Amino acid sequence: MTALLSFRDVWVEYGDKVVLERVTLDVEQGSFVSVVGPSGAGKSTFLRLILGQEGPSHGQILMDGTPLTPECGPDRGVVFQRYSVFPHLTALQNVVFALECEQSPLLGKLFGRARRDAIAKATEMLGAVGLEHNLQVYPAQMSGGMQQRLAIAQALIKHPRVLLLDEPFGALDPGIRLDMHGLVTRLWREHGLTIVMVTHDIKEAFKLGTRVLTFDKRRIDPHAPNRYGATAVYDIAVKRKDGDVAAVLAE
Amino acid sequence: MRIVNIRPQRGIRILTGAIPIAIALIAYAVVSAARAEANPHDKVLPTFLAMAEAAWRLFSQVDPRTGEVTAYADTVASLWRLSIGVAIATVSTLLLGLALGAVPIFRSTLGPFITILAVIPPIAVLPILFIALGLGEASKIALIAVGIAPFMIRDLVGHVSGLPVEQAIKAQTLGASSWQLILRVYLPQALPRLIESLRLSMGPAWVFLISAEAIASDVGLGYRIFLVRRYLAMDMILPYVAWISLLAILTDAALQWVSRKAFPWAHGEAK
Repeated sequence: MTALLSFRDVWVEYGDKVVLERVTLDVEQGSFVSVVGPSGAGKSTFLRLILGQEGPSHGQILMDGTPLTPECGPDRGVVFQRYSVFPHLTALQNVVFALECEQSPLLGKLFGRARRDAIAKATEMLGAVGLEHNLQVYPAQMSGGMQQRLAIAQALIKHPRVLLLDEPFGALDPGIRLDMHGLVTRLWREHGLTIVMVTHDIKEAFKLGTRVLTFDKRRIDPHAPNRYGATAVYDIAVKRKDGDVAAVLAE
Repeated sequence: MRIVNIRPQRGIRILTGAIPIAIALIAYAVVSAARAEANPHDKVLPTFLAMAEAAWRLFSQVDPRTGEVTAYADTVASLWRLSIGVAIATVSTLLLGLALGAVPIFRSTLGPFITILAVIPPIAVLPILFIALGLGEASKIALIAVGIAPFMIRDLVGHVSGLPVEQAIKAQTLGASSWQLILRVYLPQALPRLIESLRLSMGPAWVFLISAEAIASDVGLGYRIFLVRRYLAMDMILPYVAWISLLAILTDAALQWVSRKAFPWAHGEAK
């Protein structure tokens, strides 16, 4: 297995406040990494580093051996807890968006045959997440679970090297959550995805992940709580047997 | 039951809404009739009949001096000024609002300048416009545009820059360039807000139009009411005020209709 992402002694500091310190780890291709930890332990910062929304203060992050630039790019897909989809576009338009950006730099719109091809591709992707009957619906008319399905379809159409999930199921009710676990597991297997997921739910982390990273502070100075940053204090490999996967899918 | 929890039905709402209007009209009719009885030549509170007669002259009779129907000529002149001024303000708002809202470096460059422009009372610069642009149409149009644009620009910049950062990030992970981000994510979400702020700005736009026409003009709705004021011609002023109000209501309804038709997602409705 090759390392898709490598963190080399990465630090993130905002002024005097140290958020992450000495993060050194590799993420292998095809793995499903769950990231857990208390609030304020830098889980989201870790995700934003991979996303390119911000850069490290020190250290290096490599993707396929080349340093990441601190700017978001199409090789990394993302699903946030909220606001992941465009409210002014229908489900279909939300997914076609990425294809239009790729093929039409000036107008951001496709016409004729290219448009039909893009729509066919997007429709197939929406079918894969179970939204084949909601192509012309605006996000505001969808439930939370449907919006997250749409956000996943939207990200997957670009075939990202890494799919980043930032508490994607945090706002969903338990039944819908189970459905989404099945969906993400199925897509992860079928598309050979590499997934990094931040979650508050430790059970969810162990159920879905092949590896669970726990972020926390190793040292705490009670007089200067921001003096030390968090790092991956536990790095646990989870054996995900085929039987377990089948159980998740069966749910 | 608490009064804050009483929600009137549609029929009741229409009825309660009509009551104050009816009271105002009846009160006016009673008072003006009483004054007309005391003095048939009273000019201050003309009866509805007197106003209807004046309106009939203004709205249907050709003025032998100008060869035109007065109200028609005034309306065309005023609406032309208003629409050009508002159009200039709207287009510049869209361009600047998107540029400043989407691009932080433009915002830090031009933002303070626009904030300063927005606090200048537009009527205070009217003399400057008259001096610079003359007393013709240009200065009146400029007053409307200068008067409403800074507010609209600030509103749109605030709206665009306040869109969830997740949207911008998501678009970039989907391969959008800066241009595509502005064109496909910011522009469509800016348009309904632009219409909304235009609706709010139409009131001030009318104020600036009527002010400019009152000071220097030879035709126009504002010109006419300030002209006949000299003769205490309330029977002409009141129908004109009603006419201006009607135009304003129709404009507002049209803008709202366009927004609902074109941007159903912004109004929480099915398409």
